Amino acid sequence: MINILKNRIIKGIVTRPIEMDRDIKKIGAELKSLVYKRFGRSFHIREVDTGSCNACESEIIAATNPIYDIQRFGVSFVASPRHADALLVTGPVSKNMLLALKKTYETMPEPKFVITCGDCALDGGIFKDSYYVENGVKNILPVILHIPGCPPSPLVIIKTLLTFLKK
Amino acid sequence: MDEAYIYAKPENFKRACLYFHKKLNSPVAMMFACDERANKKGFKVYCAFMGIKYKKWVFVTMDVSGDSPEFESIANDIYSAGLFEREIKEMFGILPKGNPDLRRLRLHDEVWPEGYYPLRKDFKWQEGTGAGKKEYAFNKVEGEGIFEVPVGPVHAGIIPPGHFRFSVAGEPIINLEARLGWTHKGIEKLFEGKDVNLGVKLSECVAGDSAFSNSWAFCSAVEKICKIEPPEKALFLRAVFLELERIYNHLNDISGIAIDVGFSFPAMYASIMKEKILCLNEKLTGSRYLKGVNITGGVSVYLTVWKKKALLKALEAMEKDFKELKSMLYSSVSFMDRLDGTGMLKKKTAEDLGVLGLAARASGIEKDLRKDFSRVYSNVRFNLMKESSGDVMARLNIRVSEFEESISLIRQFVDMIKQGSIDLQEKLKLKDGFGLGYIEAWRGPLLYWVKLNKSGLIERCKIVDPSFHNWEGLCYSVLGDIIPDFPVCNKSFDLSYSGNDL
Repeated sequence: MINILKNRIIKGIVTRPIEMDRDIKKIGAELKSLVYKRFGRSFHIREVDTGSCNACESEIIAATNPIYDIQRFGVSFVASPRHADALLVTGPVSKNMLLALKKTYETMPEPKFVITCGDCALDGGIFKDSYYVENGVKNILPVILHIPGCPPSPLVIIKTLLTFLKK
Repeated sequence: MDEAYIYAKPENFKRACLYFHKKLNSPVAMMFACDERANKKGFKVYCAFMGIKYKKWVFVTMDVSGDSPEFESIANDIYSAGLFEREIKEMFGILPKGNPDLRRLRLHDEVWPEGYYPLRKDFKWQEGTGAGKKEYAFNKVEGEGIFEVPVGPVHAGIIPPGHFRFSVAGEPIINLEARLGWTHKGIEKLFEGKDVNLGVKLSECVAGDSAFSNSWAFCSAVEKICKIEPPEKALFLRAVFLELERIYNHLNDISGIAIDVGFSFPAMYASIMKEKILCLNEKLTGSRYLKGVNITGGVSVYLTVWKKKALLKALEAMEKDFKELKSMLYSSVSFMDRLDGTGMLKKKTAEDLGVLGLAARASGIEKDLRKDFSRVYSNVRFNLMKESSGDVMARLNIRVSEFEESISLIRQFVDMIKQGSIDLQEKLKLKDGFGLGYIEAWRGPLLYWVKLNKSGLIERCKIVDPSFHNWEGLCYSVLGDIIPDFPVCNKSFDLSYSGNDL
């Protein structure tokens, strides 16, 4: 316990200092007010991996770490699609995951959105035209926003979400 | 060369495999087939063993006729061959006669009809649509009070998909069966016909968290085929990046283990440290996951003086932070109590299953390609970590000590990189042939067997991620534990879904 308290005090607030800070704060403030207005204070995302290489997951988790801390803007990741406003899909949609993806989408309450994350979720990316890949999410569900990158960095994820919420 | 190919007649194949299995004290490291029917040679089946004592990889190979493809299964005698044989069956349609389990691993029965074998050369890309309607047969445990708990493929966390079927009696788990293959993308087929530069790109997307090890293993296979050796400096740089990849992943796992037992402060602390290394990676190479660093014949980034300074400074800070992290974790009795004795994988079980890498070292199997086969690592002082208890605690301890070891390794490698010449790539002249690239990634040995054809294009690329062996180990380790302990056991192995499913 004493160690935890000590390190809490030594570390202080880590949430990204230096050059990027201004950027994040600006985006963050905007994002926060938008989330407040449109989604009644909170915007809940359910993440589904449809066959990504795991780098996108790693970056999405990084967006929730204390440095980027996406939760401070009212955006959080939930465990059940029934609690979610948006579905964040990574991966090129393997044949095996097709049904699971559709079912996850069906269980979500209206209004619902689909956001794709990572190049392969757009059109299959590097895995395009493989025998076991459906070439991206847009052929299956109505996609409203794409977060580009292989993988997109946490900052890009936060920025792109803002663009979406502004619409 | 460190590969030996032994040609066996089909009737002697099993005997030869058994001989090397015993003699080299090695599980089946990889087993795969090649379609050479175009040259009228039928199929070829390879089975590889790791000869640590002799510093050789031994491949036993045989021909299988193209008309009625089948061979005698070795899985009844060598357990670790079982999964590979199932893979050969589903991808090539070669029947391993006598293998008791022929269920498909990746091409799920619900979406893929029987009779289409994607890795055969005459497979058409758009074939195989329209579904088979069979359902997967899970192993059944029956008895009074036993019930099944299905979990997945979509999980509660931000993690890749996998289906776990627990059979429990009250609290304790009686049986766990993992059904994987959900992220199958046909990567091995995608490799075919590509040139080697595209191959490097593709290898980086096999498993995102070990992008660098994958591309190194692929590059070293190509370099071996073309008989070139990258400049020493490039090799040292690769080693530096490999260790960086190792430490960020170890931090990720330490964080995961802490969070799965509800100890969130140190978990967040570790995730901050991980983020710092990712940022350092970006500073050094332009990519947070070290993509695009490896090129065939060398590396694409150079360690300038200021980069070197930044690296050493970051390491120092990292070491200090890590000491604090350790003291937080190890001074919490309740945390230690949860890990101690949880998810026990006995040495004998691990040996039989062919568990490799970090998980094996936690169960007392001293194998590490860096120690046993290293070309680069023979230049540095390096301690091999080993634990014997095989529980979550042991795997955490291994991670902790490997983290410290890696920092020391990076320092030694950086010292050996002389400033001056910036020649970091050996010219590549493509030849046809085949070879094995291997590297001790952070999970364990990562193997790439690559075959190039006369025009320098990839004809076959077989990837074996250590996860392929270790998933079985996870399923055995949780027996007798309760379901709420499964996440922490799972995280202590932290196996790749994508690397397993390909």
